[in-house]
Amino acid sequence: MSMLMEFSEEQVERLDDLIETYGMKDGGLIPLLEKAQNLLGYLPESAQQRIADKTDISPNRVHGVVTFYSFFTMEARARHRVQLCMGTACYVKGADKIEAKLEADYQVKMGESTEDGRFTFEKARCVGACGLAPVMIIDDKVYGKVTIDDLDDILNQYE
Amino acid sequence: MKTVEEINLLREKAKQENHELTKVYIHMGTCGIASGAMNLLTSLKEMIKEQKLKNINVITTGCAGICSEEPLITVKLPDKEAVIYKKMDIAKMKQVFEQHLMGNEAVVDYALARGMEYQLAERIKNKGVMPGETAENTKIPAIETLAFFNQQEVRVMRNRGLIDPGKINDYLSRGGYEGAIKALFNMDDKKIIDEVLNSGLRGRGGAGFPIGLKWKFAAAETGDIKYILCNADEGDPGAYMDRNVMESDPHSLIEGMIIGAKAIGSNQGYIYCRAEYPLAIETLTKAIKQARSLNLLGANILDSGFDFDIEIYEGAGAFVCGEETALMRSIEGRRGNPRPKPPFPVKAGLWEQPTVLNNVETFANIAQIIDKGSDWYKEVGTEKSPGTKIFSITGDIENVGCVEVPIGTSVDTIVNKIGLMQVGKTFKSVQLGGPSGGCIPQQHMDVAVDYESLQEYGAIMGSGGLIVMSEGKSAVDIAKFFIEFCKDEACGKCIPGREGTKQMLHILNKISSGQGTHKDIQTLEALCEMVQKTALCALCKTSVNPVKSTLRYFRDEYESAVSDVEMGGF
Repeated sequence: MSMLMEFSEEQVERLDDLIETYGMKDGGLIPLLEKAQNLLGYLPESAQQRIADKTDISPNRVHGVVTFYSFFTMEARARHRVQLCMGTACYVKGADKIEAKLEADYQVKMGESTEDGRFTFEKARCVGACGLAPVMIIDDKVYGKVTIDDLDDILNQYE
Repeated sequence: MKTVEEINLLREKAKQENHELTKVYIHMGTCGIASGAMNLLTSLKEMIKEQKLKNINVITTGCAGICSEEPLITVKLPDKEAVIYKKMDIAKMKQVFEQHLMGNEAVVDYALARGMEYQLAERIKNKGVMPGETAENTKIPAIETLAFFNQQEVRVMRNRGLIDPGKINDYLSRGGYEGAIKALFNMDDKKIIDEVLNSGLRGRGGAGFPIGLKWKFAAAETGDIKYILCNADEGDPGAYMDRNVMESDPHSLIEGMIIGAKAIGSNQGYIYCRAEYPLAIETLTKAIKQARSLNLLGANILDSGFDFDIEIYEGAGAFVCGEETALMRSIEGRRGNPRPKPPFPVKAGLWEQPTVLNNVETFANIAQIIDKGSDWYKEVGTEKSPGTKIFSITGDIENVGCVEVPIGTSVDTIVNKIGLMQVGKTFKSVQLGGPSGGCIPQQHMDVAVDYESLQEYGAIMGSGGLIVMSEGKSAVDIAKFFIEFCKDEACGKCIPGREGTKQMLHILNKISSGQGTHKDIQTLEALCEMVQKTALCALCKTSVNPVKSTLRYFRDEYESAVSDVEMGGF
């Protein structure tokens, strides 16, 4: 049984509860992984292995699902998750310029985190708020009609 | 156990309007909230409390349709015309509160229109006002005079901006669940299917397959277990019609699924909704719970002897899961890889059982077809494609939003009457159908939006994303944008999809950075044909469309970006 050294005992206990609730029914794997990621923040190999051990789903299949869907991540994210919408409306409205500015300002590529563990920058799939393009989401808050000049003011609200 | 009589009583009660009440509608779809609607709601409630105002009903509704003017609110005094206010903030809210709610005088400067969208037909009939209402300040444009509203035929979205999606009684008051009750008690499966067949309704997800036919195939399958699924994995970037319907009027979708379930003989439904739509999921979850509490879902619905329930399944972010066989694999908890057809899902779908999959907008049409009849339904639209279609229009236009028009309306009407080019921008082309679609340039703007006409010009109806682009946007870059999207989202199962999109992106990158040759354009064209013919599923088969379409209309941009150095005497 995988021991999950990176998580607290309480987290592991709650993970086991989730496995009990979702893992045992048909089609329960994806909801289980979603809940597990919400609990742990990410899904490292150790967590995938524990899910496989306890559900009799092969580790291969668990890993296959984790790597297939963009919602799942195997790496811990920084304190704040900055998602830049890359839908067509946002693209037409200049999201690529915002992307370039963020990458230059924070010395990262999309998909990476800043060294101080403050931000993880990601490209988001269209969030359907096209009326507000270009759109940026920080944690759960949606910012609309973002311009390059707004970036500092917005990001400085997050420590 | 609730009965039909009890539901009808609830409906009658909900219809009783209190004419003494002032109503303030706050339009709180995802984009309304993101533009600050929640703050407006809080501040309004505080002011009402402070001033101890009585007889004010604050109603939270979904999106009112015109997203670029958000946040929007609508104020309706007793016996007076309603006023819709646009681009509100706290300071404006305060002024509207003092001047309009307390002083009975509309604030002209912030007003978008007078009147409400659902009153449009009646207002036109009555030359501008509703019976029993006095007109507001005529400096505010009447809603029926605004092209954004008067060019639309709002059927699927008839309740937007009007009902609280969190209250099933609001839906009942608008005739909600009358279609389901009719289907459950007065129609057998054959009759339901015939009505839908006769309506000519075609799948609104993009492919345009006749819905009645799909249902008929599934109904003909024997076996006790069948599934009815709703595809709410609206993955096309730039399209958000389904989000709008789910957030504004979730019961219209649930009701459509109940009717479909009865038609094919299914007792279990799933709504597969993408995780990027948290508000839609929350709204649907609440709506399903309310429908269960009134016994409109669950065992023995309204004592009809028919059992049906719905579960929501949250997608985990994979565009390919909009493809039906991939979506089913995903609900089963596997990688969302498509599989070859046949067998078609109506024979062997979810867990290998007969399954019908329709999209949100399709289901949201059903209740009205059953309730008002297929002949009513066919009054708008074209002969081959009756009814309406919702488009989300975005890009370089003034009026960004969700619009519902009769099928057969011209692209020109949608872009130039409803959308309106932004001042200072010159139209270049409009892209329809997202990563599977193509663009329509200026010279073909009078083409009608229907499944067949658009195809002639290399575009598709698609699910309804319509993005207007102005001069200055490079056609090569647009093609690159969509191919990059498809390359990222290709599931990797078939080689043409996995490698073909990658090579096309490579060539497009080469061309757009000035390194390309004429030979590259030829290779790109050859790749388009190859991927289109050999990829496993529609995602990659159609991924070549944006490239083909830009090559067709803007070939000069490709040509001028490449040189002949490598080719010598080409």
